[in-house]
Amino acid sequence: MPEALSIRTAAESSPAAATAATAAPREIKVTARDVNVSYGEKQALFDVDVDIAARSVMAFIGPSGCGKSTFLRCINRMNDTIPICRVTGRIEVDGRDIYDPEIDVVQLRARVGMVFQKPNPFPKSIYENVAYGPRLHGMATNKAELDAIVEESLRRASLWKEVSDRLEQPGTGLSGGQQQRLCIARAIAVSPEIILMDEPCSALDPIATARIEELIDELTENFTIIIVTHSMQQAARVSQRTAFFHLGRLIEEGPTEQIFSNPKDRRTQDYITGRFG
Amino acid sequence: MTDLAVSRPVTAKPALDVSSDAAKARIRARYRAERRFRFYGIAALVVTTLFLAMLLVDIVSKGLPVFKAHSLVLDVAVTQDAIDPAGKRDAATIRAADLAPVMRDALKSAVPGPLGRLGDRTLVRLLSIGAADDLVADLLRNPALIGSTIRTRLLLSDDADIYLKAKGAVTSRRGDGTITPDAKSGAVAIAASGPAFAVDLARIKAVMVERARVLETEAARLDRSGGAAVSDKVADLRREAAELLGRARDPAGEETLDTRLPSLLLSINGGLVKVEKLKADSAVGTALLPLSAASASSDWSVVTYATPAGDRKITDLEIALLEHLRATGKVEAHFNTRFFTSGDSREPELAGIRGALSGTAWTMLVTLVLCVPIGVLAAIYLEEFAPKNRWTDIVEVNINNLAAVPSIVFGLLGLAVFLNFFDLPRSAPLVGGLVLALLVLPTIIIASRAALKSVPPSIKEAALGVGASHQQAVFHHVLPSAVPGIMTGTIIGMAHALGETAPLLLIGMVAFIVDVPQAITDASTVLPVQVYLWSDLPEPAFQEKTAGAIIVMLMFLFVMNAAAIMLRRRFERRW
Amino acid sequence: MTTLYFVIMVALVPVAFWAARRRAFAVVEGRPGVLHSLPTYHGLLVAVIVFIPMLVVFALGTPAVGRLAEARAVAALPSDVAADLLRRSAVMREVANVASGNHAGDPAPGIRAAADSLVATRDAGHLAVLVLGLAVAAAAFAFAYRRIAPAFRARNHFERFVRVVLMACAAIAILTTIGIVFSVVFETYRFFFDPALKGRPTVSEFLFGTEWNPQAAMRADQGDIRTAFGFVPLLTGTLLITAIAIAVAGPLGLFSAIYLAEYASPRLRASVKPILEILAGIPTVVLGFFAALTVAPLIRGWGESFGLDVSSESALAAGLVMGMMIIPFISSLSDDVINAVPQSLRDGAYALGSTKSETIRRVVLPAALPGIVSAFMLAVSRAVGETMIVVMAAGLAAKLTFNPLDAVTTITVQIKTILVGDQEFDSAKTLAAFALGFVLFFVTLMLNVIALQIVRRYREQYD
Repeated sequence: MPEALSIRTAAESSPAAATAATAAPREIKVTARDVNVSYGEKQALFDVDVDIAARSVMAFIGPSGCGKSTFLRCINRMNDTIPICRVTGRIEVDGRDIYDPEIDVVQLRARVGMVFQKPNPFPKSIYENVAYGPRLHGMATNKAELDAIVEESLRRASLWKEVSDRLEQPGTGLSGGQQQRLCIARAIAVSPEIILMDEPCSALDPIATARIEELIDELTENFTIIIVTHSMQQAARVSQRTAFFHLGRLIEEGPTEQIFSNPKDRRTQDYITGRFG
Repeated sequence: MTDLAVSRPVTAKPALDVSSDAAKARIRARYRAERRFRFYGIAALVVTTLFLAMLLVDIVSKGLPVFKAHSLVLDVAVTQDAIDPAGKRDAATIRAADLAPVMRDALKSAVPGPLGRLGDRTLVRLLSIGAADDLVADLLRNPALIGSTIRTRLLLSDDADIYLKAKGAVTSRRGDGTITPDAKSGAVAIAASGPAFAVDLARIKAVMVERARVLETEAARLDRSGGAAVSDKVADLRREAAELLGRARDPAGEETLDTRLPSLLLSINGGLVKVEKLKADSAVGTALLPLSAASASSDWSVVTYATPAGDRKITDLEIALLEHLRATGKVEAHFNTRFFTSGDSREPELAGIRGALSGTAWTMLVTLVLCVPIGVLAAIYLEEFAPKNRWTDIVEVNINNLAAVPSIVFGLLGLAVFLNFFDLPRSAPLVGGLVLALLVLPTIIIASRAALKSVPPSIKEAALGVGASHQQAVFHHVLPSAVPGIMTGTIIGMAHALGETAPLLLIGMVAFIVDVPQAITDASTVLPVQVYLWSDLPEPAFQEKTAGAIIVMLMFLFVMNAAAIMLRRRFERRW
Repeated sequence: MTTLYFVIMVALVPVAFWAARRRAFAVVEGRPGVLHSLPTYHGLLVAVIVFIPMLVVFALGTPAVGRLAEARAVAALPSDVAADLLRRSAVMREVANVASGNHAGDPAPGIRAAADSLVATRDAGHLAVLVLGLAVAAAAFAFAYRRIAPAFRARNHFERFVRVVLMACAAIAILTTIGIVFSVVFETYRFFFDPALKGRPTVSEFLFGTEWNPQAAMRADQGDIRTAFGFVPLLTGTLLITAIAIAVAGPLGLFSAIYLAEYASPRLRASVKPILEILAGIPTVVLGFFAALTVAPLIRGWGESFGLDVSSESALAAGLVMGMMIIPFISSLSDDVINAVPQSLRDGAYALGSTKSETIRRVVLPAALPGIVSAFMLAVSRAVGETMIVVMAAGLAAKLTFNPLDAVTTITVQIKTILVGDQEFDSAKTLAAFALGFVLFFVTLMLNVIALQIVRRYREQYD
């Protein structure tokens, strides 16, 4: 499958390109045009247009129910699991429309990984949690290769040191922060190009949150990360660009610094200064 | 409240009254009501528990004796002439041999004789018709034994077995004074030196008074309900009662011991005399076991069997023989292995539950193989893949209703569809298993759906998030997490199927089947149906078998339910 | 031969799986990551593509061969036998016996010829089915095997197949209902309206007749016993026993539930619940035995000591034990609905100074009433449909009485009595059992539907 091949080449060649993320002209990874989403009668998202650069962190902020999570879940078509959800418009990853009937949603999700709000490790061993994805996609031909992928992923998620001696223990036995890093390891084990994070720190304590934020920073080297967050400080800390959603519309998008220091829209201003939210 | 206030004297404020006597009485009454209400609840629980305890105690006390059986242990001379005159020593000859004569000879030598024709016949009737089975098995194992004398076990008949198991049916009293029989066998007249039998005579008369009372009550009941049509019968009953009372009131009068009165046996000089006529100082009877001498003896006893001969199946002679055999150590009680190793039989002592157990095993196998995959897959479809529309709603309501359809209706379905339409074999575990599978399917679907639903959606989302397809997410992650719940539901469903009887009656699994079924198409019966079949038979020994089979069935159910509870405790996961 | 076919079929499936899986590895030179679907899915898909046509050939071919062989055997029979329809089935049984080698002695020459023809046709037919099956399997395999390619979406195809299997499993529940409705409705229709049926009653005779005597329908020559299919005595018998059962189980079950839900400590609850579960798990045949051999003589004994006429198969004994059976049912359902009443309602009552029992009687029970009513309805439906207890402890004679000490019979007892043993499907007696089954199914269904509806609405109220 040529698409699948390109995943790995992109991932492998990324370190070279990653160093100059800010200087070089932006390489666009995700493009959304006129995206509308409705749940049954209720429209949740209106005409969203956005471009997301490769190997950077894009933060979505906005009050509860503003549609930021909905939009995030459109990017790997997780919304497909909700029967009444309808998506129109165009979302492209690397220039290909992901809602094209030709696209296999399963392969799309291998390229666009996801980390959820609450850590949700499988009720299996730590090793099995990470190995599941690679096995599913036939990424290893033997046990040694699989071991290597598991170790590499756990290292990248900076969890290896803590769990290397107890890989056979259930993933559900880890602490909340460790569980969330395990979920990140699980997501990066399939070498996605994009990782979606849906409020990944909302269930964690500040120390664990700090670890995850550090990790996000490191991951930018290789991955395009889109993070939904409730915390504006977090958005300011981890992201290069920020998009502000309100009432189902994308109000403003731009470099994070600019959004927080000099927003162009009144509503953005009101939100970041705490008038509502 | 306001009305009350108005009717009171103007000085009283409409305030909460807690201190007056009336108020205190009211509060006391309210607390009494509270206690009463609580008592009802406790009483309900106690009554329910008592019900269950009564049921279990009743079944266990009726059924436990079945695990014990009585046999005679005798030295049997297996002569070559009787078994294998040609000296072939092969299995066919041994199987075909008539062992009755050698067994009869062994029996005769175990009791004092001669007993006469009736006595000999009674002696043989003590044994089960399958008594030779153990002996034949011994000979088959070692044909060289032919020609020698073997100590072997001969199974007793069901009546003898029941008699031996009954405790306290026989009482024995040492006699005082000297009594003298006038013959060694046949009719024997016994004279005593004093009123040696006065105690026994008084007991007999007491029984007559009691019987007269029962007759009076019966007459009174008939008189009340029947009217003119039964007046003759009422008169007869009253006359009989009056006559009995008249005889009973004469303390010295001679009594004839008929079959409606307890049996009295005199044990004297190594023999046993059945008393037919009794006076305080003399008795007339028949020797059941011959006496060693017709001489006076002071070492004698009276054996009383309280149940009148007319109300029992075992005769006095049989009792005499059994008591003699028991006293000489020839009777052996042993574990009733036959109950577990043989199929059904018309002879209670030979009947076993092996056939029913095999039938149950085959039927359960068919049920399990069908209903678990179908039930689980259906649950997966309904819970995970089915579109939420009117059709799914109908399926859902339908499954809930199916779970409450009376089981006998499934029997009608089996009869009309499987037997009549598809022409499957009658009485076969195949059809039984099919019917039971449909019967427990709703249970398993409902339990499996609940188990699947209890797995948090985040697990599925996580799998989808790394690129698993919906089916992969379900089969790799949701289903394994739901397995304990599904298994619990399955075990409970199977326990239900194991005890189910009614639908199987309709598809012909009630036949009398001796052979142990070997395949799912062989005619067979199952444990609960065997219970039903035996419970219908008149022999008291079958009542015991019924209760025994119930105990075995309840043990299975107990183990299954315990397993279900353990599974639930062990794997219950709080997400 | 059919066994051979089966063995080959079962053996070929793993072979196909394995071959396809190897092929999938081969087309990408051992790098499965390049494939759209994992090699295992290619294997599974090919195995299914081979299995299904083989199964279809088997399922269609085997009965066809059987029918063909029979037709050829009939053709080989002497013409006078073949023409006589009555004798033909007996002769054909003999032919089948000869063919399977179970026939004792020498068969007639005509039968021998027919049996030979039967065997020959059958063997040839089975061989043909086998060859056809193998050919189909080979073709299917070749077709599927050739399609294995890196971009081929084997997983999607296989998952579509799995989805159909899942759907079929769910459909079995519907099919069961259809089967039940079909069997009872069809036979009931014949019972009332089949003109060929002798002694069939009209619908109103059935519904309002007060005499039930189906046995006479068997022997038309017995003039003095009138066949009667009056349903009323069965209905009163069933209702009498059900009423006794509910009178026993209602208060006991409800008070148990109230005590367990409102008063009992968790420890008591944990030890009493299993008792109820044990009671619920006892097979009804055991309860029937208890009713017939222990409770009925006991009641008879008591009754007689008071000078009452008690039948040895009294409705009271059956009803009492059936009540025992239903206690756990009512108790657990009521327990659920009582627990579903929100705590806030209780708190409101306590705040006004109610005692616990006043709170329960004035607030909790009225709030839980719909649920309790539906529990009772389900219990009634249980009691009406229960078979073994009444079969063993109630009587057979249909008597129109409301005396609980009398013997009565029920719908289920009559169904069982009529249908155990040999039945002919063209006698009014047998069909009467199906008519009773129809009534039973319909009544219990109505009770269940209404009860479940009430429960559903009740749940919505407090959710």
